[in-house]
Order: sequence, then C-alpha cells, then structure tokens
Amino acid sequence: MTDAAVLSQPLAPATVSATKIVARGLDFFYQGYHALKNVNMDVPERRVTAIIGPSGCGKSTLLRIFNRIYAIYPKLEARGEVLLDGENILDARYPLNRLRSKVGMVFQKPVPFPMSIFENIAYGIRHHERLSKSEMDMRVELALRQAALWDEAKDKLKQSALGLSGGQQQRLCIARAIALKPEVLLLDEPTSSLDPIATGRIEQLIEELKRDFTIVIVTHNMQQAARVSDKTAFMYMGELIEFGDTEKIFTKPDKKQTEDYITGRFG
Amino acid sequence: MSDNTWMYRRRRLGNALALVLGSLATLFGLSWLAWILWVTISKGMSALSPALFTQLTPPPPGDGGGLANAFFGSVMVSLIALLIGTPIGIGAGLWLAEYAQRRALGTVVRFLNDILLSAPSIVLGLFVYSLVVKPLGHFSALAGGLALALIVLPVVVRTTDEMLRLVPSTMREAALSLGVPQWKVIVQILLRSARAGVVTGILLALARITGETAPLLFTALNNQYWNHDLLKPIATVPVVIFQFAMSPYDGWHALAWAGALVVTAFVLVLSLLSRLLLARTKVTHD
Repeated sequence: MTDAAVLSQPLAPATVSATKIVARGLDFFYQGYHALKNVNMDVPERRVTAIIGPSGCGKSTLLRIFNRIYAIYPKLEARGEVLLDGENILDARYPLNRLRSKVGMVFQKPVPFPMSIFENIAYGIRHHERLSKSEMDMRVELALRQAALWDEAKDKLKQSALGLSGGQQQRLCIARAIALKPEVLLLDEPTSSLDPIATGRIEQLIEELKRDFTIVIVTHNMQQAARVSDKTAFMYMGELIEFGDTEKIFTKPDKKQTEDYITGRFG
Repeated sequence: MSDNTWMYRRRRLGNALALVLGSLATLFGLSWLAWILWVTISKGMSALSPALFTQLTPPPPGDGGGLANAFFGSVMVSLIALLIGTPIGIGAGLWLAEYAQRRALGTVVRFLNDILLSAPSIVLGLFVYSLVVKPLGHFSALAGGLALALIVLPVVVRTTDEMLRLVPSTMREAALSLGVPQWKVIVQILLRSARAGVVTGILLALARITGETAPLLFTALNNQYWNHDLLKPIATVPVVIFQFAMSPYDGWHALAWAGALVVTAFVLVLSLLSRLLLARTKVTHD
C-alpha cells in the first residue's frame, strides 16, 4: 500500500455506539475534601460527551480521573470504579503506561515541548513503539493531518514548536495526543485560552475526530457544549446532577438545577 | 485651595528630595565599582603582554615572566570543581524540585543547601584540608578542585531546583499524560525547558570560584613551576595574586595587577553570558 493510500484510510469504521467508559460510585478526595460524590456515568464510544458546570464543581477532577493524571500529586484519592472497556482503571494493577496510551489528554493551555514540531509528536510515539524513519514520518504526518495542522506545519517540521500561534500549538497538542492512537481523548477546556477563530477550528476538529475517538470535553462555555457534544453531563458541587442527550439537557432538562444553570440563573 | 497648593508643594519637595538622595546613594555605590575597575585596568594594562600567558611565574625579585602556570592551574582546579559539582548539583536539584517537592525531607535538604551556599569559603577549605590534604600528607590540585566543588555544588543545586520549579506544572502533566515515565519526562522535557537557567547557574558558579582564594590557600597551595599532576600542589591565579601583591617586588606587583585584570574581565564576561542566557529563557517560557 502506498503512503497516500494509508493516509486516506479512516482509522476504523464508525460503528453503533457502545459504552466506552463506565463510572460507578465514584468518589474523590482532595486532602480530605470530598470533591466528587458518588458519580455514575456511562461515556458512549465514538461520541462527544461534554461535562459542564460552574467553577469548582468537579468537572475537571472527573476528567483527570479518566487517565489517572491526578495521581502525580500526593494526597489525592479516588474511590469507586471507572471501567475502561470493562477493566477497572483505578485498580493499582492497571498499568499506567497502557492506560495513558489508550486515553490521551489535551489541556487548557497549549503546552508544546521545547523541541521541534516533528519531535513534539514523535516523542510520545517513540516511547510506546519502535518505528523506522519512514514509518515515523508517516505517523507524524497522519497525526498532523488528523489535527488539521499539516498544511500549516509541513514546511517547518524541524522548527521549534514554540514559534506556532496559540491555536496552532493547541492543535499540535491534539496531534501529539492522537499520534499515540488512543481510543479516548480527554479535552480539558481546550479552547479557553484561544480566540474565536482558533476556537472554531478546534470545534470543527472535534466534530471530525469523533469518528475515530471517544471524546470527553470539559468546557465552561455552554454554547460550545451544545454545539459539539452528543451527550452532556451537568455537575454541581461535586455531584453529577443530570446526564443525558445534549439536545434534551439544553431544551427540556429533568432537573430544576440544570435548567437554572443552562438559562443562566446561577453559575 | 491654599491648603491644596501647600500639600502639593510639600509632595513635590519630598519627591525631589527622595530622588536626589536615591541618586546620590546610587552614585556613591557605583563610584567605588568604577574606581576599582579603573585602578585594575590602568595598573593591569601595563603588565598585559603575550608573556603573561606563555611564561612561568618568575622567582623573586620577579622581573619578566608571566602567569601561564597559574592560569593553567586555575583552569584545572575549576574544571575539577565543575566536573564534580555540576552533575551532583543537577541531580540534587532534580530530586528537590521533582521528587521532594511536597515532602518534609525536601524542605530540610533545601535549607541545608542554603546554609552551604552561604558558608564561608575558608571553612570549606579547612574541611577539605582535614579530609584530603592531611590524610594524603601533601597539598594537591585535586584538593583545591574539591574545595571549589563545595562552592559550586549549592549554587547549581539552587538554580536547578528553582529553574525546574519555574517550568509550568502543565508541562509535567502533558508529558506524563503521554504515558512517558517520570524520570524520562524530567530529563528529556523538564530539564530541557529549564536548560538555559541551569547553564546560567553553572556559569555563575564558575564566576564565583574564579576569584576564590581562601579555600585554595591550604588545599592547592601554590607552585612556581608547571604541574600537570593532580596530586601535587598547583598554582592558581588568585593565590598567586595574593602572594605577589603581598611581596615587596615591583615586578610581582605588576603581574598581580595583570592577573587581577584578566580574572575581572573573565568574571564580567561570564556574568554577561549568564544574563544573555536568562533573557532568552524568559522568551521560551512565554
């Protein structure tokens, strides 16, 4: 198969949605503070799930449990179950290496590594797989294409990633995450530091990426949640108040608290 | 109205007074520096010649000759100090910033390092004297290098620790979220983004040991001849300056001034380099 043929192939066909991540009785403690209370949630495969809620409601905390990134800080503890394809990732025996190659993450502020654009993407891949030079070139190109950055970056792959604009840097971070061929992509307020045009591009990208990845996005911007997501979770004071189809949450939510937040009465 | 004018005048007067006093204080401080530089340059220039770097230190009464063996010795001793102090310092700084950040032991070690940082250099020299010179029975270049390494060490620990802590935590999270193990993240990503700062620390440490005399007096001692043997006494510029400046001979005085000029110029260049490097780091950290 030629390189071009490989690149034009979709990663996997879109199928009927199954459940990718299941949270059951999930509690989270931040130095004794009860930050998440009995959260139960089913994240559908190859769909966009948005988590919304006022600041400090625990939405980022929930997201940061899905790849156990919280565990790099001491005195944080998650209790309960989070099943990824049926396996409990909170079990200490679940290898972090495997979890993080399956669950990628993009952060609020774009953080390119202090190296070239090419190296930014190759860095993570190299840790998980041994690839030849040409295979690596292809993987980097594929990732940049998927993140809609290829056209802007192809002539400066050897240049420092720090020279890219904020929006480009964030797409680079998305490319870096999807280059590992994860199954789940966690986005923690990925557009909050970007201007409206760059935000629009990222949202468009999310729309395209959901064919290949299960996406969970935390956002402060309710319009964004309404635009990009299939499912929406509304959280308040560490509790998952309501979780359902985005259309329903934004038009006729079951809970009064959800309605109040959506209509801007608090939050 | 008149109340206002009075208040306004008073403020203007106070402002002018503070400005004048502040400027005078600055001038006073700077004038000493300018004087020192002026004397060093004017006295050192006359003895500055190619012979300074090619000929050995002359015996008394010290006509002609140069400081070649002293420069060589200083380079040797400083190299030993950097070779020992830098890797250990970077390692300890890494540990402090990345592994011991939220631990009591980290706080204790950081405090101890600060004490070492401000320890009088003569004490460090005495320490090495009793630890190395006495058991070996003679002074040596190695002992001098060790004494200076003890000065380099805390500086490098401190800067590595501080520069790493300046790297945003999101950088750590982003790298760790790729499934890369912590030690790799630290060495390949974090140390890399703190690189300019760490190099600055090493340059500043080098600047500090360049002029150190006290710890070398009873470790490296001095040597009138060429010495390549690490286990023998070796001449160093500051100690030679000390010896020559205290002598009654004009030839030695001139050489001491020339040595002082070269050392001062070297330290100045190092400081400028480290400033430049730091200015560049700020750009990379947005």
